[in-house]
Amino acid sequence: MTGKTIAELSRSLRTGETSSVELTRHYLDRIKRVNSDLNAYITVCEEQALAQAEAADKRLAGGESSPVCGIPLAHKDIFCTRGITTTCGSRMLANFVSPYDATVVEKFNAAGAVTLGKTNMDEFAMGSSNETSYFGPVKNPWDIKRVPGGSSGGSAAAVAADLCVMATGTDTGGSIRQPAAFCGITGFKPSYGRISRFGMIAFASSLDQAGPICKSAEDAAIMMNVMAGLDPRDSTSVDLAVPDYTADLEQPLDGLRIGIPRQHFAAGLNADVEQAIRDGLQEFEKLGASLIDIDLPNNHLSVSAYYVVAPAEASANLSRYDGVRYGYRCENPVDLDDMYKRTRSEGFGDEVKRRILVGTYALSAGFYDAYYRKAQQIRRLIKQDFLNAFEQVDVIVGPTSPHAAFELGAKSDPVAMYLEDIYTIAVNLAGLPGISIPAGFSKGLPVGMHMVAGDFQEARLLNVAHKFQRATDWHLRHPEFNSGEGLS
Amino acid sequence: MSWETVIGLEVHVQLSTRSKLFSGTATRFGAEPNTQANIYDLALPGTLPVMNEAALEMAVRFGLAINAEIGKKSVFDRKNYFYPDLPKGYQVSQLHYPIVGSGSLTIVHEDGSEKVIGITRAHMEEDAGKSLHEDFHGMSGIDLNRAGTPLLEIVSEPDLRSAKEAVAYLKKLHSIIRYLDISDGNMAQGSMRCDANVSIRRAGDTELGTRTEIKNINSFRFVEKAINFEVTRQREILEDGGRIVQETRLYDSDRDETRSMRSKEVANDYRYFPEPDLLPIVIDDAYIEAVRADLPELPDQKGERFVAEFGLSPYDAGVLVSSRDMAQFFERVVEICGDAKLSANWVTGDLLGLLNKNNWEFAESPISAERLGALVARIKDNTISGKIAKTVFESMIDDQDGVDAIIDKKGLMQVTDSGAIESLIDEVIASNPDQVQQFRDGKEAVFGFLIGQAMKLSQGKANPAQVNQILRDKLNQLSG
Repeated sequence: MTGKTIAELSRSLRTGETSSVELTRHYLDRIKRVNSDLNAYITVCEEQALAQAEAADKRLAGGESSPVCGIPLAHKDIFCTRGITTTCGSRMLANFVSPYDATVVEKFNAAGAVTLGKTNMDEFAMGSSNETSYFGPVKNPWDIKRVPGGSSGGSAAAVAADLCVMATGTDTGGSIRQPAAFCGITGFKPSYGRISRFGMIAFASSLDQAGPICKSAEDAAIMMNVMAGLDPRDSTSVDLAVPDYTADLEQPLDGLRIGIPRQHFAAGLNADVEQAIRDGLQEFEKLGASLIDIDLPNNHLSVSAYYVVAPAEASANLSRYDGVRYGYRCENPVDLDDMYKRTRSEGFGDEVKRRILVGTYALSAGFYDAYYRKAQQIRRLIKQDFLNAFEQVDVIVGPTSPHAAFELGAKSDPVAMYLEDIYTIAVNLAGLPGISIPAGFSKGLPVGMHMVAGDFQEARLLNVAHKFQRATDWHLRHPEFNSGEGLS
Repeated sequence: MSWETVIGLEVHVQLSTRSKLFSGTATRFGAEPNTQANIYDLALPGTLPVMNEAALEMAVRFGLAINAEIGKKSVFDRKNYFYPDLPKGYQVSQLHYPIVGSGSLTIVHEDGSEKVIGITRAHMEEDAGKSLHEDFHGMSGIDLNRAGTPLLEIVSEPDLRSAKEAVAYLKKLHSIIRYLDISDGNMAQGSMRCDANVSIRRAGDTELGTRTEIKNINSFRFVEKAINFEVTRQREILEDGGRIVQETRLYDSDRDETRSMRSKEVANDYRYFPEPDLLPIVIDDAYIEAVRADLPELPDQKGERFVAEFGLSPYDAGVLVSSRDMAQFFERVVEICGDAKLSANWVTGDLLGLLNKNNWEFAESPISAERLGALVARIKDNTISGKIAKTVFESMIDDQDGVDAIIDKKGLMQVTDSGAIESLIDEVIASNPDQVQQFRDGKEAVFGFLIGQAMKLSQGKANPAQVNQILRDKLNQLSG
C-alpha cells in the first residue's frame, strides 16, 4: 500500500481490500521505523489514531461517502488539536495542549480522517528550510543531507516519505509550495479566505492560508472539498459557495492560455530547473494550451514588501506569548519586566526574535510611513500586476523555487534564505491561489512547477495541474529512501 | 492676571451588550474572577475576533444622538503594549477611521444660557482585564472577566472652560447614553470613566497651554475637584515663573490631589496598525436610517415637549429630563393625576429628596409612580391639602397600602364641611381675643396668625381656602 494516493486508498477501503485500522497500523509502523531519520513528526498520537481508525471502519461499513474517511493524515503542528500538544515548532509552546480544535482539524475529524500526529515546522512558520524548529531540522527524504524546505517541511517530508497519505500545511510566503517542490510532491495554497484560519496559530494574519500537501492534484481537490468554506469564527473567511473541486479535474486544456512571467526566468534561476519547467510548458502545449509571455513588473519588490508586512503582523501576533497565562515561562522571575524579557528571550529562537524586531521597528513612530504603509502600497501594485496579467491569460506558470533542495546549514545569511521565496511570495501578497507540482529533477532532486490562477479559481488550477499529472509521471516518483525503508 | 481654563474630556463608556466586543462571553459585572473569559479572551493561540453587531448598533445610536457623521467604513487597529491584564499584548481599537466622527451636544449653565460642546469622535475598542495587587503574597492576580468588554471612547473638543462645564458636559453625556440605553453609565463600577485634559492660558491668548491628562476620576464630584485642583496647581506653577510638564497625572480622591505617573508610561509608542483579523466595517444609509428610526426621544427633545405640552418652565423641564428614569417616572405620574405642574413639584422635590437621601434609583423607589400619581390626584380633588399630602407621603414610604387607605387610616381627609370649619373658627376667635382686637384695629398681619391657629386646631385637615373665607367673613361680621 506504500505510495498510494487518497483516491486509490479510498477505493481499497470501500472494496474491503484493506481497513482503516490496517492502514493506520501500517503508517504508524513506518513512522516508528523511519521518523528518527527524517524528524518529520514532532508528536505521534498512536492511541487516538487507532481509535479514529476503528470508528472510521464502522462508518465505512455503514456506507460513509467521504473519500477521506479512514485515510491517515498528519497535521502541521501549527493547527490546534484538542488534547494533543500543539508546539508551533517553538520552545514557547513545547508543552501547550490546546483545549479546542482548529476548524481544519474539526473538519477532517468530522469527515472521518485518521490523525497520525503533528508534523515538524519552522518555528512559528518562520523559515524556508525547517531549520528554525526548536525540535530540530527535518531531513529531505530524497537526500537526508538536504533540507525539505519550509515552513511546512515536516508535512512535505512525511508525504514524500510516505509517513502519511496526506497532510495539512500553511503558506504565508511559500510555506506549502516550496517544501512541496523540494520534496517532489503536490502542495496547494488556496486563495486567502478560502479556508478558515480559526485555530491555526497566526504568523502574519493577512497572508496566512492553510492548504493541502499530498501526492497529486486529485488528492488536493479531495482535501479541498473537506477544508474549504466560510467559517463564522474567522471574519476573514469568504462567503462564497464551495464547488466540488473534483468535478472539473478532467476538463480538457484546449484553448488554455498560460502566462510565462519573464521575471521568473531571469538571472538566479538554476539551469536544470529552468529546463524542467520549459519541458513542462511544452507538455502543456501538447495538451492544447498556448503560451504567452507576460510581465509582472513589480515582482522584484515582493520579497521586500513581504519582509515588512509579515514581521509587522507577527510582532503583534506573538505578543501574547508573555509567560502570563500559558506556554513557556522563565524560572524565578524577579519582577514583571524580568519575566517578559527572559520568557521571550528564552522561549523564542533567533529567527523569530529577528522578525519581531524587524516588525516592531517597521511599525514604530516615525518609520510607519516609510515601511508599513509603503509595503501596503507595493502590495496593491503587485495585486494589480496579476489582475492585468489575468486579462490575457488563465494561469501563470513558472518555477516554484530558483533551485532544488539545498544542504542543511547552507544558507546562514537570513537574506539569502528570504530570497528562496522570490517566486511564491507575491502570490501571498495578492491573496491568489497557487500550486506546486513535481515537474522533473535536477541532479536527482525534485523540481517544482508553480502555477497561479485568479482569485478563487482553485478548481481551474487543480484541473490544469491534474491534466499535467495525467500526461506525466513526475508525481509518481518516490525517493529511494522509501523502498529502502529508511537508512539502515 | 486672569487665566482661562481649557478642558477636553475623554470618556470611556462600557456598552451594555450581553457579550463581549469580539467573543461570545458574557459581560456581567461582579462574577467570580476569570469565569467570564473564553479562549479568545485568554488570547489562546489560533483564536480570532468576531465583531459583536450589537456594539456596532449602540455606537451608531450614540453617533446619531449627537448629530455626528457616522463612519460608513470604519477600521479596527491594534494598539500594541505589554501588560499582564492585556492578554493579546495589543488592544483592538480604532485609530484613523472611527465609527463616529465629529458631533456635538448642548449644555445649560446655571443661569439658563446654553453652550454647544464639540465632540471630536467616538470609537469602539475592547477593555482590558484587571490586575489585582492584594492578597497574592507579593504577586499580582489577573482577572480577565472584563477583558474584551466593548467600550465607546468619546473624545470632546477642548471646548470646556471650567470644572463646572466639564461636569455639565459629563452629566449630559450620561443622560444621553442612559436615554439610548447603551450603557448603565455607572461611574463607581467603572462603566463610565473619565480622563480630563487640562491646561490654562492667559485670558485672550489663542495658543493652548501645555496640558496634563488626569486619569482615574470615578465620580461627577471628583471630576470637578480633580480639575479644580489641577487648575490651581498649574496656575501656581505658571505664576511662579515655572513651566507645565506634559504628563499623565492620577487623581487621588482620598487626598484630593493629582499626582504625576511615572514618565515612562507617557513615552509609549503603541505602533498602531490595521487589525488584519477583522475586515473594515462597512455600513450603508439604509442601516443608518434603520437605527435612526429606532432612536428614542432624547433629553433635549423631551424637554422641549414638556415645556410645550405641559407648560413647565424650561428649568423644571431641564431638571426632569436630565435623567431618563426621572422623566419616565414623571410622565407616568402626570398620566395618573393629570396635573403636570404639581407632578413636577413632587417628583423633583419630595421624591427626588427621598431617593437622594437613601441613594436609591428611581426603579428602587418605595413610592411608585402610580402611587405618587394617586397622591397628587387627591391634592388636586381637594381630598387632602398639600401639607397633609406630605404626611401621607411620609407614611407611604413604609406603608404599601393604597393612598386612599392611608388617608382613611390616619384620618387625614380634608375637612370641607362649612359647619365644622365655622365652629373651628368660632373657637379660635374666642380663645384669641387680643389678636382679634388688633385685627379690628387695622393690623392686617394678624389675619395670618389666626388662620394658622385654625389650621393647627384642625390638625391641618381643614380646607385652607374655606378657612380663609369663613374667618374673614366672621371678623368682618364682628367689625360690622
